[in-house]
Amino acid sequence: MKLLNKSLIYLSVSLFFIIGAWSVVFYFNMLNEIKESVDEGLDNYKRQIIYQLQKDTSIIAKSNFEESFFAIHKIPEAKAISIKDTYIDTLMYMQDADDEEPEPEPVRMLTTAFENNGHYYELNIINSMVEEDDLVEELLRETIGLYLILIISIILINNLVLKRLWKPFYSFLSQLKNYRIGSSKKFPEIKTQTKEFADLQNAVNILLQHTIETYEQQKQFIGNASHELQTPLAITTNKLELLIEKGSLENEQAESIAEVMQIIERMIRLNKSLLLLTKIENKQFLDNQPVSLNKVVHQTVCDLEEVIEFKNVEISISETADVTMHMDASLAGVAISNLLRNAIFHNILNGIVNVEISEKTITVSNTGIKTPVNEQKLFSRFHKSGNSTNGTGLGLAIVKAICDLYGFSVDYRFENDLHYFKIRFK
Amino acid sequence: MKILIVEDEEELLNTLVASLAKEHFVIETASDFYSASEKIEIYSYDCILLDIMLPHGNGLQLLEQLKNTGKSGNIIIISAKDSLDDKLKGLELGADDYLTKPFHIAELNARVKAVLRRNKLDGKNTIETANILLDLQERTFAVNNENVPLNRKEFDILNYFLLNKNRLVTKNALAEHVWGDNIDQADNYDFIYYQIKNLRKKLQAANADIEIEAVYGIGYKLTDR
Repeated sequence: MKLLNKSLIYLSVSLFFIIGAWSVVFYFNMLNEIKESVDEGLDNYKRQIIYQLQKDTSIIAKSNFEESFFAIHKIPEAKAISIKDTYIDTLMYMQDADDEEPEPEPVRMLTTAFENNGHYYELNIINSMVEEDDLVEELLRETIGLYLILIISIILINNLVLKRLWKPFYSFLSQLKNYRIGSSKKFPEIKTQTKEFADLQNAVNILLQHTIETYEQQKQFIGNASHELQTPLAITTNKLELLIEKGSLENEQAESIAEVMQIIERMIRLNKSLLLLTKIENKQFLDNQPVSLNKVVHQTVCDLEEVIEFKNVEISISETADVTMHMDASLAGVAISNLLRNAIFHNILNGIVNVEISEKTITVSNTGIKTPVNEQKLFSRFHKSGNSTNGTGLGLAIVKAICDLYGFSVDYRFENDLHYFKIRFK
Repeated sequence: MKILIVEDEEELLNTLVASLAKEHFVIETASDFYSASEKIEIYSYDCILLDIMLPHGNGLQLLEQLKNTGKSGNIIIISAKDSLDDKLKGLELGADDYLTKPFHIAELNARVKAVLRRNKLDGKNTIETANILLDLQERTFAVNNENVPLNRKEFDILNYFLLNKNRLVTKNALAEHVWGDNIDQADNYDFIYYQIKNLRKKLQAANADIEIEAVYGIGYKLTDR
């Protein structure tokens, strides 16, 4: 879920409760305010009525509310003394403009007592009150309206302002997504005055710097290590060759030496492959020129003729296009040759190898074991399938590295008992 | 034939000397930049094996020095650094060949002889021994002046053996030389056995006075019969 929407959810939930609570408080406050103001009005009436009575006593007999808003009853003195001014909410039958017949309406009533010419009277004054359910209904409507307006404006503000605020972040994020260690030259950059984003950029760049250093060190180490191994390997193998050449060896001794030489040979192959990988990754092949891959395929098949014959493998080449790539010729040779060797050596007796060259792809397919191989492991370094111990396990890793170097893709699939390796050109 | 080996790694230097001595070359050595520079200034050699990384200097500088004194030619760079830049620069400065460590003795031998022959004054590019003649220009093979047809690989194998006459050629060295540098998955070199068998048959049928014998199962050796 996007940050934008998440903040919206939190805001709308909390606003719901805040506005809900606010409207309850508001309702009671307003009600109180109304009552106070009504009570003041009633108090005012009281004074006016009592004042009026001193001049005109006729209204003293008015014991029912009827058309007016007050009623007077004569009461004994003792009761009059006990009466204090009280305001109460009560109901009274009234017919408002919108009513068809009288119905109970809420009223505010002041009960008080006064003395006139030695007689004591009770005075009730009423004033119609706001209808509470109407008020609640009205308030609810207004509150919901306010809530909706707030949410809509928050969405708008989020979209406009927050999007704008977060824009540097999203641009930074997409730069980071596209960043590739070893191939990207520029660090991801945030163009902003926002402190948090600037901090983020610093932290990320420091992290990247470390990673790059580690990556470079690792690359350099592999390169240096295999480089430094070259001379000792040369000395060992040459000394053994001279020893064998002397010829004064027992057969058994010679066999042991031959075995040691085979092992050293394997080390040399491993070392050479590692050096090649390092060189590819360091982009030390810059002798790019147009290379006809059709020619490379034919040349490689021709070079491997004896091996193919020995393995009794049927090889067929089908070409639907002439593919010419701008790349290093020796690397093109290595890639094609490794793919073909892989297909030939991991084959069965009387097996087949098909090479298809089309405009956008080169596909090598071969018979072999009857189960698919794990694609992820297949192209990783030092992966060896099953029983072959003599390979370096770097052949396909080199193919992958070469493809990566030139932006080709290489994939594997198993179909109809055939193992397919496909290089796709861009 | 006088050969100078410039190499700072003493053990490697010793094996190179031991191997080339078998070919009856006169060998001198230098193990750092100054002694090498001095030797190439004073003497001239038929062939120089030159390491690039040297104490106190760079083999490429020696190449320049050779070029400036007009003594360039017959130089083989032997380096642990298989870098294209060095290779191109070396060849530009007049080196004839570039060999990356580690290499087989047979390979070095072949390269040295190829360089020596290529720069011979008579311009003939043939190998003659016993009753056979291998013409490298025409890529033909004749026994007692009678042409024996060989396919491309058989020709390369025979050439390699003749350059290493009476020397051990391991299967690895042969496979690398004939079938390419990047042999990675040659899980066994049994196919070489069949190639040698075919070649032997052809040599026998043509009554060649040379033969290829197996050495302890690790390689082969071409000798006079």
